[in-house]
Amino acid sequence: MNLLWLAFTIVGVLLGVMLSAKAADPTMMLHGMVFSLASVLSAFALIARHYRNASGPLLADANGSVNYNTEIVKAGVIASTFWGVVGFAVGLVIALQLAFPVLNFDLPWTNFGRLRPLHTSAVIFAFGGNILIMTSFHVVQRTCRARLAGDIAPWFVFWGYQLFIVLAATGYVLGVTQSKEYAEPEWYVDIWLTVVWVVYLLVFLGTIWKRQEKHIYVANWFYLAFIVTIAMLHIVNNLSVPVSLAGVKSYSLFAGVQSALTQWWYGHNAVGFFLTAGFLGIMYYFIPKRVNRPVYSYRLSIIHFWSLIFLYIWAGPHHLHYTALPDWAQTLGMTFSIMLWMPSWGGMINGLMTLSGAWDKLRTDPVVRFLVTSVAFYGMSTFEGPLMSIKAVNALSHYTDWTIGHVHSGALGWVAYISFGALYFLTPVMWKRKSLYSDALVNLHFWISTVGILLYITAMWVSGILQGLMWRAYDAFGFLEYSFSETVEAMHPFYVIRALGGALFLIGALIMVYNLWRTARGDVRAKEVGSLVPNMEFAGAR
Amino acid sequence: MDYHSVSTFAQSYGLLYLFGLFILVLIYALWPKNKEKFDKAAQIPLEED
Repeated sequence: MNLLWLAFTIVGVLLGVMLSAKAADPTMMLHGMVFSLASVLSAFALIARHYRNASGPLLADANGSVNYNTEIVKAGVIASTFWGVVGFAVGLVIALQLAFPVLNFDLPWTNFGRLRPLHTSAVIFAFGGNILIMTSFHVVQRTCRARLAGDIAPWFVFWGYQLFIVLAATGYVLGVTQSKEYAEPEWYVDIWLTVVWVVYLLVFLGTIWKRQEKHIYVANWFYLAFIVTIAMLHIVNNLSVPVSLAGVKSYSLFAGVQSALTQWWYGHNAVGFFLTAGFLGIMYYFIPKRVNRPVYSYRLSIIHFWSLIFLYIWAGPHHLHYTALPDWAQTLGMTFSIMLWMPSWGGMINGLMTLSGAWDKLRTDPVVRFLVTSVAFYGMSTFEGPLMSIKAVNALSHYTDWTIGHVHSGALGWVAYISFGALYFLTPVMWKRKSLYSDALVNLHFWISTVGILLYITAMWVSGILQGLMWRAYDAFGFLEYSFSETVEAMHPFYVIRALGGALFLIGALIMVYNLWRTARGDVRAKEVGSLVPNMEFAGAR
Repeated sequence: MDYHSVSTFAQSYGLLYLFGLFILVLIYALWPKNKEKFDKAAQIPLEED
């Protein structure tokens, strides 16, 4: 098996060198070199690994319990924390650029248009994606009571995904994009992600296949739905014809309104299956785990899962209200979005009620505070979303900052908070520490970033509604009351407030990095010895 | 197979098929006999070693 992987790296080196030598444009030359360099490094890693442990990993340790693959989860904790900080920082930069345009520096590489996809991809795919891969690898092992399938395959998924991030991010800065929101990477990066994703699916399925637990726990269903659906969405939306096999540029297979619908079928289900289903998998494992109680209703979790799956896939057209898309399709998208209220709130209630009888933990355990607040934000943003999908509301909200505020209450409040909860839970478990370094710092992180989120979303509500109302204001003669630049000027104070919110969120994340780093090192804050919430899985060590 | 026939099929049989599947899911989740199985399944994260 090792030799097969080694053969792949040799193919990778040759492919990279060939692409680089034959490149039709400078970016392909660079990306070819990056690809062959990554292949050379993988070959070295494979050979070094072979001499380090020739016999491969044990499936069970001396006591007969399963020898879980914790190294891959540790790597995921580090990678997701790193990309989180990068993504939040770029977000702050572009927020400041909107408030103070001089910060674009009049350079192509630092222009808002190029940095904005860098921010969205860094937070969604680099941070969120690494969180999902990492937690899914942890949860599937634990709830199946089986070591992660494959020896090198999980590492291929991990490093292959990081390579995807690097290729996508450097491409954006150099101006390579296929101009599809949240699907900006060009055809060759899409193909690479497809390869990585198929191996990810195989590792996940392989682990479920050899499980020792008869029932497949509900969190794994959510993860599996996420992996399978993202594969489908990614492949269909990115169908395109490259201009040259050695060049970055390609043309989409779709055009006009078909292209728009395919894009938003992709885009909205990226929200539904990447940012919702995957993170619900986190909710259904980490909340019961942290509060030490089973999920409130397992039946409700099954109904939650299937109703989400049946409804979400139809909601995409609500991104195309009042466009060339046929009216019936717009109404269909709106109707299914409204119906999504039911599973979303059912799931939220299921997550929150898991705490029944343990509500005191909200006061005593700051990690629980992160997890519970995230579920509350999930409820709030999944209430707001369907509301905004109603055509009459959308007429006011669409193309305004209200949308940006809505997205961030989901992304910062729900996705990032549940991720922070998982990171705070996993770090002591993976590094076998009695507790976190400091609970007070978790608390500080919580309050700083919560104030940040509130500043962000309230600023965007006000700015968005202001913007929407100004656009549709007419004077006594039926002329538009305001010019576009007047609306831009009116939004300036809110852009400054938004940037301040982003800065607080970034500061909170940096506090987390420090806390996690000290925890991994095995330190305990002197002032808090004895009062820290213990790591329930603690088996020894420190 | 033109656009019209595909959309008619999707809006009638397609809808009924998916709705039927969902009803089956509801029956499976709410079937009284399955309660014990689900109660046990809910304990999986808490029982691991």
